[in-house]
This record gives sequence, structure tokens and C-alpha cells, in this order.
Amino acid sequence: MGTIKLSKVRKAFGDAVIIPGADLEIREGEFIVFVGPSGCGKSTLLRLIAGLEDVTSGSIEIDGRSVTDSAPAERGLAMVFQSYALYPHMSVRDNIAFPLKMAKLPQAEIDAKVGKAAATLNLTEYLDRKPRQLSGGQRQRVAIGRAIVREPKAFLFDEPLSNLDAALRVNMRVEIMQMHQNMKATMVYVTHDQVEAMTMADRIVVLNRGNIEQVGSPLELYNKPNSLFVAGFIGSPKMNFTENNTIGVRPEHIILSDKHGDWEGTVKLSEHLGSDTFLHVDGGKCGHFVVRASGESHFGPGAKVWMTPMPDRIHHFDRDGRAIRK
Amino acid sequence: MAIAPSRRRKLVVTLLAWTIGILMFFPIFWTAVAAFKTESDAYSLPQNWLTTPWTLENFSIVQERSNYLLYIRNTVVIAFVSTLLGLAFAIPAAWSMAFAPVATSTIKWSGWRWLATVLGTAFVVGLVLYALGWDLTNRSAIGFLALAIVLIPALLWVFSRNTSDALLWMLSTKMMPPAGALIPIYLIFNRNGLVFKDWGWIDLSEYNIMDSFWGMVPLMMLLNLPIIIWMLYTYFKEIPAEILEASRMDGAPLWSELTKILMPMAVPGIVSTCLLNLILAWNEAFWSLNLTNKYAAPLSFFISEYSSPEGQFWAKLSAASIMAIAPILVVGWFSQRQLVRGLTFGAVK
Amino acid sequence: MATSHAQRLGRWALAPSLVALSGLAFVPLAIAIYFAFLRYNLQSDNTGWYGLNNFYYFIHDPYFIKDFFNTIVLVLSVLVITVVGGTALAVLLDQPFWGRGIVRVLMISPFFIMPTVSSLVWKNLLMHPVFGLFAAIQKFFGASVALDWFGTVPLLSVIIVVSWQWLPYAALILLTALQSLDEEQKNASMMDGAGPIAYFRYIVLPHLSRPITVVILIETIFLLNVFAEIKVTSVGGFAGNLTYLVFSQLNDATDIGGAAAGGLIAVVLANIVSIFLVRIVGKNLEN
Repeated sequence: MGTIKLSKVRKAFGDAVIIPGADLEIREGEFIVFVGPSGCGKSTLLRLIAGLEDVTSGSIEIDGRSVTDSAPAERGLAMVFQSYALYPHMSVRDNIAFPLKMAKLPQAEIDAKVGKAAATLNLTEYLDRKPRQLSGGQRQRVAIGRAIVREPKAFLFDEPLSNLDAALRVNMRVEIMQMHQNMKATMVYVTHDQVEAMTMADRIVVLNRGNIEQVGSPLELYNKPNSLFVAGFIGSPKMNFTENNTIGVRPEHIILSDKHGDWEGTVKLSEHLGSDTFLHVDGGKCGHFVVRASGESHFGPGAKVWMTPMPDRIHHFDRDGRAIRK
Repeated sequence: MAIAPSRRRKLVVTLLAWTIGILMFFPIFWTAVAAFKTESDAYSLPQNWLTTPWTLENFSIVQERSNYLLYIRNTVVIAFVSTLLGLAFAIPAAWSMAFAPVATSTIKWSGWRWLATVLGTAFVVGLVLYALGWDLTNRSAIGFLALAIVLIPALLWVFSRNTSDALLWMLSTKMMPPAGALIPIYLIFNRNGLVFKDWGWIDLSEYNIMDSFWGMVPLMMLLNLPIIIWMLYTYFKEIPAEILEASRMDGAPLWSELTKILMPMAVPGIVSTCLLNLILAWNEAFWSLNLTNKYAAPLSFFISEYSSPEGQFWAKLSAASIMAIAPILVVGWFSQRQLVRGLTFGAVK
Repeated sequence: MATSHAQRLGRWALAPSLVALSGLAFVPLAIAIYFAFLRYNLQSDNTGWYGLNNFYYFIHDPYFIKDFFNTIVLVLSVLVITVVGGTALAVLLDQPFWGRGIVRVLMISPFFIMPTVSSLVWKNLLMHPVFGLFAAIQKFFGASVALDWFGTVPLLSVIIVVSWQWLPYAALILLTALQSLDEEQKNASMMDGAGPIAYFRYIVLPHLSRPITVVILIETIFLLNVFAEIKVTSVGGFAGNLTYLVFSQLNDATDIGGAAAGGLIAVVLANIVSIFLVRIVGKNLEN
């Protein structure tokens, strides 16, 4: 229950090809995240799965059944929109009850399910309020409640946290992950924030200009990126690239010394975060580096440093940006 | 001067604005004054407007002599029913253009295609008429053929347009001068004209829709339909599409999407549209003057009868006028801001 | 973008309106074309193919040139009066002053008065040469005989009545547009040393160019078809426009063929004007 398969899915708007061809198999119960820069097609891919857009060619199957030509309501999916898309003229209760009403369930059953969903999401005391009387986080939960109550085969999330402030975002992230643990349902989650992707996903799908660059678990993508793009996208701060983009090494994998090392440089800037310090080092001909030093580093602006990458943490890339594995 | 310059300026502006406002409103005010004077006093108005007595007699005279209530009823029926009818057509239409638009025209027309369509239609219709036993040299057959040749390619063209072209085309139907349609509509509506005559297989000569609601209501609806659709379209476009998409994901069929989600959210826009249409239908003069006489005659027709009356009539005219314009004035006052959108086909909001 | 499913539904939702409007747009046109080529008078039984004679006679009707001219004069005068006056009024009402709401209500009222009422009120209560208010004012200033507006200057009188009705329209639209002008622009221009006239010329006027365009377009559509004001004041013979001429063919001459041809000519002329207008101002319009 809750497997989704995309085969050669292609989407073009007139002459503009958004997604040239996507193949993907989403496993039952997994939390899979579509991530990528703006305009990479992740939302489009999600909407294709939802049925809110037609595929130009290719097929989509849910639980082995082809849904390529099915209307959204027939696919058994639920979606949480970026702007929540709550019905402004209905109370929270009616918002959550709406899909059940559309499914023509008996009123008693509707009331029971709404009550249960509201309890799960701590919305019980807000049931009679209108969306405009709620805070951002509460509206989010109503949107989630509306989705839960349908008991769908899979949940679709379209950048649900991007409208929330930073602190709230962290809290909601945890709540969503807990929801996933409790319900064990398939969740397809779209975000541009790679931190969200890394922390929440079972598997990540990295998209670049409509193409699926790599699919894998967070750690896989972190340790074995297939391309320059994935290597540069995953991990914060970004991986350092040098020698004409053929060598990459992450800031946390560089050893600093004031005596000797592979690359020489001068510290330009140091960012103190308390737990870490990030040094921005000008390596002259080798390029610009960001290096992580733990705790408080004694290297300050102007200091001369030597950097050595950890040998097993060096990534090699060919001229096309593909990773070379030895 | 002791007054600060900005305050002095405000004073000047206030005086100027009030003067102009009063001047503009003055004819209406004057009419109201005349309505409350006796007929003979009404003719000596300019000099004596404050000294002569006020009276309510005109209002009852107008009602007694000419059954004013009938005309109000007619106006109300025509205005309200045509508005409701218009909404029934326009809400789905505006929905489709706002939320399910078609980007490209489905048929690319070229000279040859037009020719082929026209000839093809002529051929097919001619064949059908022939099979039905019509005499093809008969004038009505020729007329029918001509009608089909114009209508069918035109319908094909209209239906193959993309959304923005269709919207513009609707706008253009409003630009059509009524003078051009006067004769055809007159003939269609009339007894023994084009439609309501003895066809042989059915005799409609007893009927006509001249001077009747069956004629006026659909006509008013059609005349204002482009405005209603345009106005609703611009209001609908302001509703986030995501909310409607959410309803689709929630399993709502189109009917529910329209009635349970779209319309409640669009209530202010729908109300403004209704008000504008009421105003336009209430004040309409060209067709009311030409196509009605007694039974479906609205207020605009009734007032026009005062153009060549017998005897003194100013006070009665004023009373009748005040009663005719008062409702719409009030509606206009309250909805002026919202009307701007409909009055400019959405170009100014 | 919508799914094909939604688009299919959309076509069905749109169809009734399209059919209805097509009926209105094309059927009368076809019928008019048909009758324009027929000799058909309601009072005579002699009907038959008439070729282009209806058109010929319409154009050579003694009133045609005059009515054509009247149409143009009427439309242009009212346009000028309403646009210039409307802009001035809009600027005025945009200023802060006491009782702004009331003045606004007073000023837009004429637009909501039905044309039959406004015509007869102006003709009788105001412009009547003996008992009208204007006559009283003239006599107050010493004139022995007052001007008979509708009698001696019917076209001007009609222009006055129509302008009175449409000035509020222009003012309302332009005022609404003005109020969307950012206050910040005014502050910035003041910092840049612009006085009120420069501000008006370089900031306000360009901002208003689009709404003015719309006002001109919409007013033209309606002004070409002014009818009630002319018929109800009985000045069709002197100040008639093309619409009135077509009407009189039907009403006075009961000439169906002639009226149909006249109507078509009116349609063609109106289309020429519209295309001309839309082309000139089209780039300013939305869409």
C-alpha cells in the first residue's frame, strides 16, 4: 500500500520541457524527499503524481495500478499545499470534514474521524474557528489534518514549511517526522532546503533542471555523490571544489595546521557559531576554501594556514562533472 | 493670513469640490423639488420654489392614472431575472476561463479552411433541406441556408478559440451597435415576422415575444453577459487556484467545487456583478423603447411617454422620475467602488 | 495550467455562454444581411430582390450626411468633455477636504440616472425657454427672451445632457486609478524638486494614461449608440445620429430593407472606429 512508480514521465508546457524524462520507484511507507534549486521541477513532479497536471508522456502507477489518466480524487492521495489552501469560509472542523463529506460518509463517522484527527494534532479547541483566526503553525496542522483524515495511500507535501519562521520550522519538522513514524505511511515531500531533506528523508531525490540527478539515502548522497551538482548541493556549508572542479572536499574533512599541509592559504574571515568555527581561506591559485574547525579556533583573519584533506574523503570528478570512484 | 497654507488650500479645495458636486447633483435635486409641488406650481418653480406649498399628490396621481406599480414590477422582473439568468450562464463560463484555460486554439484557420467550411456547410444543409422536401428556391429556404452558412462556421470558429481570444471575442460582441441588430430582433420578436409565423408543420402565428418578458429577459441577459463574464472572471482570478486544487484532491466533483468552494469565496465579486447588471438592465433604454409598449414596458419606457404629453406634466414627470431613479441611485452610491471593475471590463480595479 | 480533464469540463461549462453569445452576435447579422438586399416595406406587399439599392438609398438619404456628422461630433465632444473634466475632477477629489465622501456621492449620481429621465428633466425643467430654470436665470440677468436650447441648438443640448451623464463615469474610473498611485511617488518627486504641475505632468498623467485609454474605449462604444436622449427629446430630425436614422427608417418609413441596410452600415462604421481605436490604444489595454 502506497507504492508509486513513475516510468519515463515527461512534462512539457508547449515548447518548454520541464521534465525530460523521470523514472522513479517510491517504496511503501518510505519518506522520500524531492530536493533541488528553484525551478528544478520538483513541485511539477509532485503535481504530476497528484494528478493536478497531466503528463505529456509516460506513466504513473500507484500500487501497481495505472493512474496516468485518473483524476486527482481517484488516485487516493492527499496533499498539503505550501500555502495550506484552507477553505477560508469554513471552520476548522468543516475544513477537515470536507473530504469525508465528498466521500459521502455518514455524519457520525465524519464527526468521529474529525475528532480523532483534531486530537492527534492538538486542534480540538480550535475546531470552530475560521482559518484567518489561526496562526501559521495552526493552519499548517489543519492542512495536515485534512490530509490525514482521508487515510490516503500516500501523503504529498509541497514545501509545507517554507512559510513558517525558523523556530516553528524546526518544531514542525519534528512533528511531521513523528507523524511518519506513527502512521508508517508513504510520504513524498518537496523542499528546496537540503537540511530538511537530510534530516527527514529515508531517501532523497535530487533534481536539477527537471532531471533526477541521484536517488539515495541521505548518507549515500553525502558520502558518494554522483556528480558535481549533487556534491555541491548536499551538505552545508558547500563542498569545496578545487583544481578546476576535479577535486572536491567538504569543509569538515580538512585538517588545519600552521606548519605544513597540501594547500597554503590566508584566513580572510572567520564565522564563530559557538560549536564550530568556519574559516574562509583564500588559497591563492588553489581557490577559495571554507574549512570547519571545531570549537573556537585560534586561527584568525590574516593568519597563514595549511590545509590537508583527509585522504579517504576526497571526491574526484571528471570534466563532465561526473564522480570518479576508485 | 492667520490660516496655514495647507489649511487655506484645503478650504479652497473644499469650496471648489462642493460647488462642483452641488452643480452636478443639482438637476436631480431640482427634479425632487418639482416632484413635491403641484402641477401649476411646478411651472413657476425657479422663482417660487421655497414659497409654494409642498405636496405628495403627484405620487398618487401618477400611480392612479398610469398604474406606475406595473412599470416598477416590469423593471424589477426584467432586471432581476436577467441578472440571475446571466449568473447561471456566467459562473461556469468564468470558472472555466479562470481555472481551466485553454492556451492554444484548436483549429488554425486559413483561407482554404474557411472556404471549405462554408461550402461544406452549404452543401450539407442544402442536402438536408432537400431531403426534408423543402423547395430550395423558396425564399425561406434560401434564408435558412444563408443563416446556416453564417452560423455554423462562426460557431466552429468561436468554439476553437483559446481562452484569451474567446474573452476578447466576448468583449467585441458588446461593441456591436444595437442599430445593426434592431431590424433582425424586431423581426424575430414580432408576430408574423421571422419566427412566429405559420411554418406549415407548426403554426406559431398566434405567438410573439414582442412586448413580453420572454423576449426582454433573454435579450437583456445576452446584452450584458459579456460584462458579467468578464467581471466574474477578474474576481475569480484573484482566488488562489491552490484552494480549488485542494478541493479536487479532496474528491469534490465540479459541481461541489463551484457551489461549495468557489462561490462562497467569490460572494463579494458576485454581489458586485449582480449590482452592476441590475443598474445596467434597469437603466437600459434602446431596446426597452423599441420592443416594449405596455405589457413588459419598464420604467424607462414609461418615462419616455412624457416626451409628448398633453397638458401640464412636469410635476408628475418629476415624481415618476424620482421614483424610477431612487433605487438605482442608492445602489450606485453604495457600490461605486466595486462597480469600477465591471465598468472597465476589468482593466481598472 | 489545468489538466485535460478540467479543460474538458471547462469547455462544457463555457459552451452555453458561447452558443448564446454567438446567437446574439451572428444570427441578427445574418438576418440583417439577408433583408438588406430585399425590398421590404411593412406597408407594401411588393417584396423582392433589391440589390444594393437599400444601401444606396440609405447613404443618399437627405439626413445621412448630417446624422453621420452629428454622430462624430457627439462622440468627440463628449469624449473631450468627459476625459478632460473627468481628469480634473479626479485630481480634485483625490485631495483631502471636508465632506469628501458626500461630494463624491453627489458627483457620481448623474451616471446612475436612466437616460429617459435625464433627457426629459434637462429639456423641461432646466432648458425650457419659458418655464425652465435656465430661462429664469437668463431673465434675471436681463435677457428678454431666453434661449430655446432644444429648439435652436439641439445637438449642443444633447451633448450637454450626455456629458452630464458620462462625466461621473470618467471621474469615477480615473479617481479609482489615481488612488492606486503610490503616495511615495509624490514624496519622491517633491524631494526631487517637482512642483504640483510638474508632478501632474510627469507622474500623474502617465499613470492615468492607461485608465484614460479604457475610458475612451468604453465611452466610444456607448456614445456611438446614443438613442434615448435623441428620441425622447424629439430632436431626431435635427440632432439625430446614425442610430436614430436607422430607427427612423423602421419607425417612420417602416422600411425593413432600408433599416436593415442602414443598420449594417452603422455596424461597419462602428467596427472601423473600434478597430482604429483598439489599434491606437490597444497596447495600453490589459490582455
